[in-house]
Formats: sequence, C-alpha cells, structure tokens
Amino acid sequence: MNETRHRVTLTVNGVVREAEVPGRRLLSDCLRHDLGLTGTHVGCEHGVCGACTVLLDGEPVRSCLTLAVTADGHEITTVEGLARGDGEPSPVQRAFTECHALQCGFCTPGFLCTVTAFLRDNPAPSEEEALEAVAGNLCRCTGYQNILKAVHRAAEIQSEEGGA
Amino acid sequence: MTTKLFGEPVRRREDARLITGRGRYLDDLGRGALAAAFVRSPHAHARILDVDVSAALDVEGLVAIYTWEDLPGALAEPLPLLIPHPALTHGRTAHPLAREIVRHVGEPVVMVVARDRYLAEDACALIRVDYEILKPVVGIEEAVRGVHLVHEDVPGNVGAHLVQEVPGHGGVTAREAVEAAPHRLEFRLDVERSACTPLEGKGVYARWDADDGSLRVYSSTQTSTSVRMAIAAKLGLPLPKVEVIAPDVGGGFGVKIVHPWPEEILVPWAARLLNREVKWAEDRREHFVSSSHERGQVQHVRVGFDDDGRVLGLEVEILHDHGAYTPYGIIVPIITSTQLLGPYKVGAYRVEFSSIYTNTVQVTPYRGAGRPQGVFCMERTMDKIAAYLGRDRTEVRAANFIQPDEFPYDQGLTFQDGRPLIYDSGDYPEALRMLKELIGWDSFAQEKARAAAEGRRIGIGVGCYVEGTGVGPYEGGHVHVTSDGRVHVSTGLTSQGQGHETVFAQIAATELGVPIEKVSVVTGDTRRFGYAVGTFASRAAVMSGNAIALACRKVREKALRIAAEALEADPRDLEITDGTVHVAGVPSASIPLATVAVLSNPLRYAFDEEAKRATQFAGPASDDRPPVAEGEEPGLEGRDYYSPVRSTFAAGMHAAIVETDPDTAEIRILRYAVVHDCGKLINPMIVEGQIHGGVAQGVGGALYEKMVYDEHGQLLNASFMDFLMPYATEVPRIETAHLETPSPLNPLGIKGAGEAGVIPVSAVIASAVEDAEGIAIDRMPISPSDLHHLRLER
Repeated sequence: MNETRHRVTLTVNGVVREAEVPGRRLLSDCLRHDLGLTGTHVGCEHGVCGACTVLLDGEPVRSCLTLAVTADGHEITTVEGLARGDGEPSPVQRAFTECHALQCGFCTPGFLCTVTAFLRDNPAPSEEEALEAVAGNLCRCTGYQNILKAVHRAAEIQSEEGGA
Repeated sequence: MTTKLFGEPVRRREDARLITGRGRYLDDLGRGALAAAFVRSPHAHARILDVDVSAALDVEGLVAIYTWEDLPGALAEPLPLLIPHPALTHGRTAHPLAREIVRHVGEPVVMVVARDRYLAEDACALIRVDYEILKPVVGIEEAVRGVHLVHEDVPGNVGAHLVQEVPGHGGVTAREAVEAAPHRLEFRLDVERSACTPLEGKGVYARWDADDGSLRVYSSTQTSTSVRMAIAAKLGLPLPKVEVIAPDVGGGFGVKIVHPWPEEILVPWAARLLNREVKWAEDRREHFVSSSHERGQVQHVRVGFDDDGRVLGLEVEILHDHGAYTPYGIIVPIITSTQLLGPYKVGAYRVEFSSIYTNTVQVTPYRGAGRPQGVFCMERTMDKIAAYLGRDRTEVRAANFIQPDEFPYDQGLTFQDGRPLIYDSGDYPEALRMLKELIGWDSFAQEKARAAAEGRRIGIGVGCYVEGTGVGPYEGGHVHVTSDGRVHVSTGLTSQGQGHETVFAQIAATELGVPIEKVSVVTGDTRRFGYAVGTFASRAAVMSGNAIALACRKVREKALRIAAEALEADPRDLEITDGTVHVAGVPSASIPLATVAVLSNPLRYAFDEEAKRATQFAGPASDDRPPVAEGEEPGLEGRDYYSPVRSTFAAGMHAAIVETDPDTAEIRILRYAVVHDCGKLINPMIVEGQIHGGVAQGVGGALYEKMVYDEHGQLLNASFMDFLMPYATEVPRIETAHLETPSPLNPLGIKGAGEAGVIPVSAVIASAVEDAEGIAIDRMPISPSDLHHLRLER
C-alpha cells in the first residue's frame, strides 16, 4: 500500500518551499510537520475552532480543511510571517499583548491571522463588525472581551502608524 | 529606578513567543518521531472476544501493534486510583489498554505505532476487534436501579456513599431542624454533563536514551512531577532516570491533571521498547470520548427556614454520575457537598451523596470542580426561599451571611484536603453591597417595568460562592542569582496559560529588589524542580507564589549577609533596589547583586567582568577556616517550600441581566457583573483575564454545553459542530470590581482566582431567567427549546 506522492510548491511567508505529500495531506499538517512551521495549531480538524487559520493568497482559510495539494502554487501567510521584516511584531500582535488577549495562546495564531486580514479590509471597524470578524474562532481561555479590545487597539495602532 | 511589581498589571512575558508562533506545545515537538494512534471501543459496554491485526500488518510504515496482552509487569495492572477515600468502597480504574471488558465508548483497546499519524490511523482502521455487546448503563436513573451493572462486582453501581452532618444549636439534627422550622421547601435540581475541552488536546512525546538508560517525556499535563513518578513506577525505572517536562500547554481546566493517562505510560513504554522517539497527539473526537467529563449530578433538597429567610436546617441528597471509572476518587462530590454552603451559616446541615457508575466517559474535576453544582443548589435554594416569602433575593442572602467579625469561621465539615472546612477571611456584606451597586440591583424593577411596557422580557439574577483555593500539601520554589545578576526561578507546578511566568517573576522581582527583566521563570520541568503537586484547584499563585517568595527571602538574607561583610556594614542597614545592595540612605556605599553572587562562590575564575571586579571585595583570607564555612553552600541560591495548614477561601458574587425572546425563547445576556475577592492581587490584569475566561465557560455550562448520550451509551455530539461552546458573540462584556480581604494564612495574603469565574454562572443565569419568565428553572443548561417546553408546561 504505497500512496502516490505529489510535489507541491508553496510560497510561505514570502519564502518558496517545496514538499512531497500524499493527496490526503492536510495543509495544516504540511505546514507544521513537513515545513516545520508549528505556529499554526490544530484544535479540531473539522473547521470549527479556527486555530489553524492561515492566509491563503491573503484570505483567511482553515488549513485543517484544505489539502496541501490544492495550495500548490499559492501564497500562504502563517503566524510566523505576521511580524514585520525587522522582526517587530505587527500592530495586531502588539495589540494582543497590550490588551491581554491571550492566555494559553493555542488559539492565538488563528485569531491573529483572522484579525490581520480583517483590518486590512476594514481598518476602522465598528463594535459590531469587530465582533463579527472574530466570531468564527473559538477561545476557551479569555472570554473574548480582551480579544475584542485588541481588535480595536490594533486598528488604532495601524492608523497611528499610517495604516502600516 | 525601583518598581514595586506586586499588584501591578504587568504585561505578560509569555506573549512574545506565543504571538509569533514560537510557542512550543506538545505536538510542536519531536518532528520526525513515530506516531501512536489507538483503536478505541465503539461500544459502551462489551466483552472483547478477539483482536485480529492481520490486515493491518501490510500497512506501509507500520512499526508496532500492542494489545493488553503485550503489556508487561505493572503496565498490565489497572491504572492508579489517585485519591482513595474510605467512603469509596468500590473504586475502579481502567487498564491502560482494555483487558477483556470495555466500559465506555472510546476506551483504548489497541495501540498502533507507525511512521506518521495518517499511517497509524490506516492500521487502526484495518484492525478487527470482535465484541460481545453487553447491556450498557446510561444515565443516573438507570444506574441507581442497579438492574444492569457497569462493574460485575459493584452492587447497585454504587462506588461510594458518604454522609456528613453538622448539628444545629442544642445538637438538633438537620432533619429535626427542617421539621421544626416555620417554613419548609422540597425540590429536585439537575446539572448536566460538560467537559473542560481545552483547545489543545492531550499529548505525549517520549525519547529514550539507550546509552544511559534514561527517559525524557514531554506531556501536555497539569502535573509533570506526578507523571514522572507514575512512569518510573509503571516502567520499573529509577526515578532519577526519568524526566518529565510540561511544555507550553494549550489549556487544561482540570482534564490534564489526571495522571497517568494511559497514553502517558504507553507512549514512553513504546519509545523504550522500540528505541525510537514516539509521539501521540490526541484528536478532537478522541478527546470527547476518552478524556474526562464533569458536572452531571442530581440533587434533592429539603430546607427549613424562618420568616426572615434564615436557613434553620438543610438536607441535600446528591447522586453523582461518575462515569465508568474513579481514577480521581470522589473529589468532585466531596467538593459539591462541602462548598455548597457558600458564604452562609446554615443552622443544621446534612449532606449525603452516592457516586454512581455508568457506561460513559469517566468524571474528574473540571474548572470549578463540583462547585458549580453545589452553588447551583444553594443559590436556587435562596431564590426559592425568597420567592416563597415574597422577599428580595439579596435580602434573604444577606440574612444568612457569615459576618466579617466571625472569621475564622468553622463550617464543621471536612474539606477536600481532609482538613476542617474553616474559612480564613472575607467580607460578604460588603461584596454584596458592591455587586448591587455595580449591576444597579435596586433600580432594576423600574427597568424591568419599562422593558415590559415595550413588550420585552428581562430579568435579573444573583449568585454567591465561596471557593476553597490554594489546597496543599505543598509547593516549592528555587531561586538562583547568577554572577551576571540574573535571577533564575523555578517551581515544579505547571502552567496552562495562567501567566505564571509573569506573576512569579513579579513576586521574585519584588522580594529581591531586582528589575523584572532580570528574572526568568521555569515551571513544570522536573529537571529543574522535582517536587510539586500540580496546577489545579486555584492553587498555583497561593502555593508556588508563596514558596517562591520564601525562597527569595532566603536568598535575600544570604545576599545581605555577604554584602554586609564586603561593605563593612550591618546587614540590617542594607536594602536591595534595582539589583544593587546599598546602605539605606547612603547610595554610594553599594554593591551590585551580581557581585554578591560572585562573592558567594569562593571559586573565582574570572570568566566574566563581574568576577574580575569582585576580587576587590574579597575579604582577607582566613587560614583557620575552610573557604566554604560549615553549614554554608557556595553560590547565591535558595530553596523553600510553602505548606499551608489548610485552604484559603476566596469568594465572589455575580449578577446578570438577561432578556428572553417571547417568541423564540432565546436567552440573551445583556449585562454581567462580578465582584471578586481573591485576597491580595498580584496582577489585576491577569486576575481579570481569569475571571473573563471563567465566566465564558460558565455561560457555556448555563446555556449551551451538554454531553448528549443515547441509551446505547453513544455520545451523540462528540464534535465542535454539535457540542456548543460560546464564541465571542455569546459572551457578554463582563464588568468587574475587586475586594481584597487578605488571607491570614500565607505570607503574601493571597487566595486563588483560577476557577472563580465559572462557579456561580449557572445559578446566576437560572435566577435571571426565572425572574424574566416567572417559571422555576431547576435544571441547567437551559436551551431555547428547554425554555419553550417549560413555557408550554406552565
């Protein structure tokens, strides 16, 4: 029982990476175990918790519901790629720390990716819009209040820094 | 610059790695390790007739398949019963892999090891297990009938039975007090099953070093020291040859305190046998069907009271659903039965519980650990008394409060730690006053009337609790100041996101007078600290916090002694600020703590600048004494333990305003207020975070979360699609206020805060829904459909 393996080329956090994977390999497992980018976490493997969220061509996707082969040739941003080039945390990452928006931190990469994409498209969200934006990710620790605070704080930091 | 860091909202030092993907959770480790997977029982109760692995043998990358028959020595025996109790007359635990009989869906039967998880699961799918299906026992009612048995040798399915009774004035029994009271009520309350459900499941990764016969195990555990002891015992290894490390842990909430989980001994065993690294990371369905649940209880209450609502006698009978096994003893119903009394003086009290086996996943403590059930019981009782007498619900509570001048207050019961249930401090009337002000209790009637005029139904609810926190027996701390002036703190208990690295650093920095940036903290690594109990029962800050403070004080004393010699000063005149020891009021007469660390070690190789500088302080060599004096040790280190006489008692009160939809019966929480007293606050930001998270879990338990078993013992909602946990859209903004009644029991005056948020939420929401609807709410969680049916029955 030997599985056919497929060569995939992914641009992950700006770096071209290659892997050889069976057709059934999840993108989350490919990132974590084939490429060693373990920042993306797997909480449920059925697309409900959002911990595995990464950006595929800039859009948030559940990497546990995406097959690695379907991402061939695409661009992926994981939590490891959110910081700026100089290594400074992004406004969203800084806001999460400032607002105590994480506890165990397991769901945090998914939230950070989701919020990063959201604020790119909507840099000055209303309370309602911010709530809607994070309502697809589960967190068992924080009670979400500080996560919501962090969304607004991140928007503030971005605007202070000229929408960087 | 000196900063007093204790009590400040210091930002978390954990975050830097966690927000950049540099956290190291269990499954992030051991890239390339072999993967373990398990064949688990699809039946709730069955006899294993045959295991046929032949089809699985062809799977590419398969390494090994194990059943119970392959397990040697102690590994083949049942898992330990961690907390025996005389009342637990029929304690039963599972084997690491099922032997002959399976007693719940999800019980592990076969372990497979393969090159990766996909292949291991392929092999699992090809293994055929023949079962003879036995009659499953599901639900408390079915179990107490005792017609069918979970364990053949446990009559009536009763694992434990315990009665505690506190007589009233003049020695009257609770029954007599209830009978003699001016008013009496009798009712039944139900609380459903839920579970911790951390976003990271359990996981184990083991590395065997054949050259020196040692084992290193990483586990997503709440207690690395005890997992270490269990592995050494089960595998027959000398304790010093086993090290266990809890890496970053993605939430625990209780489920990761059970030890050893079968996988925690099977995976290391396989790693040694195969001489290969082996890892297992639980998937979500496995977590639902093989990790612990909690909360399922039925409670019958009889209460007698006077015209003011003062409770004169209380009788409670609890039926506790223990699931298939009792690895953690009967700690949950013991806590329910004792913490039920909350902030109240009850005239005479009798509590009786039976712990019942069912063919469902085992029950062990989940955040709050039996308290949500107990508080639901007591607070529903208070509301029922108020309703009966037509009095304000807060007045009835106030009439029963223990008063501030009555501490220490002995409830006359034996608590979970086997010690007397004596509350150390508190101010319940003040907490209630603060809560009423925060939520606007006294003006709510007008608000409700206004809403009613608009066709809206709103209600307000209240709930009070007392939580025994910081249970012993001990924790330790080790503090080491190195010659670069850095302070290395270690403690044995683990961390699952509570911010221990930050709060323990705050304590050490404050005690030693050093900048917090100089302090590093290691938790849960048996290589650094071998003796510990674990992180559960809101005990980490109280236990390790105080142990670290005591260890720091030892180090400080030694540092001052050495510095005094160097500065030719009296140690009593010295203080340490910003990492420098100086004579009080004479800043010029000073010596850096780093230099003191160098002086503490007579071996003076000048490895670094500090050591080179230090020689100027070296005193004249004395020919008549050894360089390390008797009773002394080289280095600037200290170790100490904190072991309390008994638990310290945090308390809190919550209130909520809810709105119920007249058509859809949906329940929306409009406001949620918390007054919380955990003694001295180390870091208010972190305490509030703990409260927020607790309340969110409480909201889950009150409105959404429920493990649904069918009559065959199949868990019908073993996924996040079907087991509903609150998202951001379901959790209200939480308004908090803090009250500080320091604990007289420990040097820092602190009480635990980890579980507080979750404890009264079901009681509060029930109270509020009842107020909105005018219908008695006696079981939780309450869904829109439940409320709809209650409306129909009205």
